[in-house]
Amino acid sequence: MTAFEQGPLRSSTLHDARGVGARVDLDRLARVFGQTRALDGFSISIEPGEFVALLGPSGCGKTTALRVLAGFERLDGGRVSVDGQDLANVSAQKRDMGMVFQSYSLFPNMNALNNVAYGLRMRRQRSHQRKKKAAELLELVGLADQSSKYPHQMSGGQQQRVALARALAIEPRVLLLDEPLSALDAKVRAELRDQIRSLQQRLSITTVFVTHDQEEALSMADRVCVMSRGHNEQTATPSVLYARPATPFVAEFVGVSSRVPVERAGNEVIVFGQQCPVRGVDAFGMLEAIDALLRPEDISIEVNPAGKGFVTHRSFLGATTRMVVQVGEISVRVDVRSEVAADIELGTHVEVKVISRDVLIAPRQLDKVPVPV
Amino acid sequence: MASMIPEIAIEETQGDIPQLTGDPQSRRRPRLRYWRGVVLFLAGVYFLIPLYAGLRFSFQNDAGQFSFYAVEAIPSQTGFTAAFFLSLRLAAVTTVLTMVLMVPTATYVHLKLPKMRRVLDFVTILPIVIPPIVLILGILDAAPRWLKASPYLLSLVYVILALPFVYRSLDSGLTAIDLKTLVEASRSLGGRWISTLWHVILPNLRAAMLSATVLTIALVLGEFTMASLDLWTTLPVWIYQFSQLDAHIATAVSMLSLIGTWVLLTVIVSVDRSQSRRTRRRTGIL
Repeated sequence: MTAFEQGPLRSSTLHDARGVGARVDLDRLARVFGQTRALDGFSISIEPGEFVALLGPSGCGKTTALRVLAGFERLDGGRVSVDGQDLANVSAQKRDMGMVFQSYSLFPNMNALNNVAYGLRMRRQRSHQRKKKAAELLELVGLADQSSKYPHQMSGGQQQRVALARALAIEPRVLLLDEPLSALDAKVRAELRDQIRSLQQRLSITTVFVTHDQEEALSMADRVCVMSRGHNEQTATPSVLYARPATPFVAEFVGVSSRVPVERAGNEVIVFGQQCPVRGVDAFGMLEAIDALLRPEDISIEVNPAGKGFVTHRSFLGATTRMVVQVGEISVRVDVRSEVAADIELGTHVEVKVISRDVLIAPRQLDKVPVPV
Repeated sequence: MASMIPEIAIEETQGDIPQLTGDPQSRRRPRLRYWRGVVLFLAGVYFLIPLYAGLRFSFQNDAGQFSFYAVEAIPSQTGFTAAFFLSLRLAAVTTVLTMVLMVPTATYVHLKLPKMRRVLDFVTILPIVIPPIVLILGILDAAPRWLKASPYLLSLVYVILALPFVYRSLDSGLTAIDLKTLVEASRSLGGRWISTLWHVILPNLRAAMLSATVLTIALVLGEFTMASLDLWTTLPVWIYQFSQLDAHIATAVSMLSLIGTWVLLTVIVSVDRSQSRRTRRRTGIL
């Protein structure tokens, strides 16, 4: 059992009071690489002690934003501040930010203990003090018995835990995690994910976590910032992000959505012959051709030989089974309770109904071909 | 279903694998071993015959009989001690200068100017292309008088000569580590550039620096043309000059110099290995 599973953290190890994290403000950040605008007016404010995940596809600028915050990347515009202090002229080594990298970044010439103690050594702490603290931190991440091991003698998961301990040892104002789990296998990743979250909650340390894995982001973060083409699409809690996506990009990137061409009827739309309210007051704007974006759980199906849809694929997901229903030229994905789905064969004709109270709409994408599950 | 399992197990253990690996490969192996042996033998002969001839000549007197006189006479020969220590001093100064110049340069290029690596690759190979005589005459013409009067002008020239070997050693050492991430990790933990270089980069470049050091020392201890043209009597120059007086003693010095260089290299490599072994022992892994 590791120390952080056992109970409260000793105050001698790290600041254990809640709310000790720093407030981070990234204001209209701009960073250009050649012709590419990696950051294009990206803004976000992070509360003290908050865990925020930057989520987005490859090349959306999430790692650049993190590196700008860490001081490894210069800015072409905008402002980075921590607790109101502008960091424009503060070098990386003076920013007090602990960082865990995607690739294993432990110093190969040092054992685990010396790796963790490195930051304290740079802060000129006395040898016995830093060794004591490093040992406590290794205990905290469950690696007390590995302190004399060198990086090449440890597994990937152990190395990342040492890297986490090393980042925490300096009592950073902000903890930066740059896809620290992406190189690990699924089981270790799940374990480490829980450990990081648990540790972050106990230490109340402001944390920025970069990932392209939405499951990681949604399960770990207090808020998730979805990024696209260098800007912030939406920042919200995982549940809001999933249930009330602000833009079509978010709706399609987070979770699963089916695009269904719909017709407008006043302030509502007609989906599968059913009139549905539209999410958002000014959702229509100047739109003429409209698609509805429907989550699998927004739709229900009912076996009906006269129904317009028929089942083309099915995937067992445990409690639910995801079915792909072909309605005319449209494919929609529907989640059905597995015990009900057991009676629905492929090719069965069904009636499709929208069961959500409103639907999200987006400009029609004619070239978008629905993808089966 | 249950009956299928033993069947599969039986199929897997029926000895197909030795048959598969046995046939063509095992026929090829003796031939390969034979040619390997021939090549090794020829290479050995090529390197060992001159060494054998040199050693034999060193232990002969003028009458062609076995004798230790040449080896015993070395220390008392005029100019030997001075030439020997001058070569050692030049080797030490050259090694230090090369490392001080090239380690930060190669590191900086890897970190900040990766596109310049090709340019540096080309520039560092120039000393091999330019004949040493051209290089030293140009330098002697351009160097200030006070520097010309010092033997350490040779060290500056040797730094240039060592560039191709040193840069390549360091370059491969830097390529082998994730330099950017290590440096960023150190900086995020509060490490200044100098601390990062000292505590993180240099220890991880130890093998590359060792190999660069070995090559530099070997180069300096064997260089003749430049020292001769700069009128300094280094060990190779002394050997050449003394060979006019007594070829047996000159050859004995050459042989001892060669053996001395080998011993030095072996000591350096052994020290490195024993350090690695101590590290493994400390961690309980042998």
